[in-house]
Amino acid sequence: MPQVLFTAHLRRWAPPSPVEAAGDTVAAALDQVFAQHPLLETYVLDDQRRLRRHIALFVDGERARLADPVGPDARIAVLQALSGG
Amino acid sequence: MISPLLVGTRKGLFVLEADATDQWTIRRHAFAGIPVTITALDPRDRTLYAGLNHGHFGVKLHRSEDLGASWTELPAPAFPAGFPADGDGKLAPTVAMLWSLEPGAGPGELWAGTIPGALFHSTDRGDTWRLVDSLWHEDARRLWFGGGYDAPGIHSILPDPRDRRRLLLGVSCGGVWLSPDAGVHWEIGGAGLVAAYMPEERQEDLAVQDPHRIARCAGAPERVWMQHHSGAFRSDDGGRNWIRLSGLPLSDFGFAVAAHPSDPDVAWFVPAESDENRIPTSGRLGVTRTRDGGRSFERFEEGLPAPPAFDLVYRHGLAVAPDGRRLAMGSTTGGLWTSADGGESWRLADARLPPIASLQFAV
Repeated sequence: MPQVLFTAHLRRWAPPSPVEAAGDTVAAALDQVFAQHPLLETYVLDDQRRLRRHIALFVDGERARLADPVGPDARIAVLQALSGG
Repeated sequence: MISPLLVGTRKGLFVLEADATDQWTIRRHAFAGIPVTITALDPRDRTLYAGLNHGHFGVKLHRSEDLGASWTELPAPAFPAGFPADGDGKLAPTVAMLWSLEPGAGPGELWAGTIPGALFHSTDRGDTWRLVDSLWHEDARRLWFGGGYDAPGIHSILPDPRDRRRLLLGVSCGGVWLSPDAGVHWEIGGAGLVAAYMPEERQEDLAVQDPHRIARCAGAPERVWMQHHSGAFRSDDGGRNWIRLSGLPLSDFGFAVAAHPSDPDVAWFVPAESDENRIPTSGRLGVTRTRDGGRSFERFEEGLPAPPAFDLVYRHGLAVAPDGRRLAMGSTTGGLWTSADGGESWRLADARLPPIASLQFAV
């Protein structure tokens, strides 16, 4: 099952990282986590459920997008992009 | 007892209190490091609301029942997922800033104005929010554009104290909007406003006006004051018609305006040099006051920094207490000053603050 790691900046809203989350895309895995942590979703996604502009996603160390597929051993990282200040 | 001051800054919310000698100091600091764009205190149940704008994590809303000692996070106003794009070639909207927050008519009723220019409504103390579709679907909204920010925004929400269902909105840049029935129907006000930044044939177009801030006299609610992008204006009929004021010392450009709570002839402005030079004229920070309905003006600088000063006072950076004598003013340089004599002299608070977006007395 993919593992999701959230930046320490989100520790007040996110479960202890990494957390296991089923899903075959980045979005599906994140949705699994958001189902248990609804406020967290609003910190990562905007009103239209797009990735917030200054959040950076990585899968196994490579920049990724929400729609990208993930394998069962993927490590998804949700980080704070430096572009946001 | 002097009411505390609630100050929203680039680095959190500060609560300041005055001692017996009128010296203001920081008593509380909430949301350290996070921009606080607006606050509202509902006088009916003493609930405090704070709008945040995390650089990375979006717009948030928090509520406090103990004047900022503890907070509960609420869902922030948001466009429904799947909401249609706002015109060709644009993305579907997402709330980018909470720019105004105001108690409504009923218990627990709140209005929120955002960038992009949308009005949201809550009837349950902010637990849930609904977009006010009627305003969003006004045809003239297509003429709105950003003023200072990429998208238009609603920065002033002024319920009529005689009937708080009657609303007056200020939109940068989208003019003055009036609703007689808590947002069911809308009409555009603003006749007499002139937008010098538009081509000549469009300067009196109501839907492109840029009221920087609108303030209403609580005791005489038909009297409304405006600091517009292109001058200072007064309305005697609740925002439908406006008269441009002349004779303001140094400049009639600026962002903030405050109305006396009971005397309809008294208002304050904080001028900056011009729209192309948003610093105090000749480096002299000062406050402009009228006491005769805008026929004449006085300028005060006592206690404000010696030139050259670069302080700009934003839309929500000037507040007046219910007595009409005590004022507070906060700047983009983090200066916070108070006055106990109707703005004639000022005193720097004992606090080095981050850039100030908003302030209000906790009354």
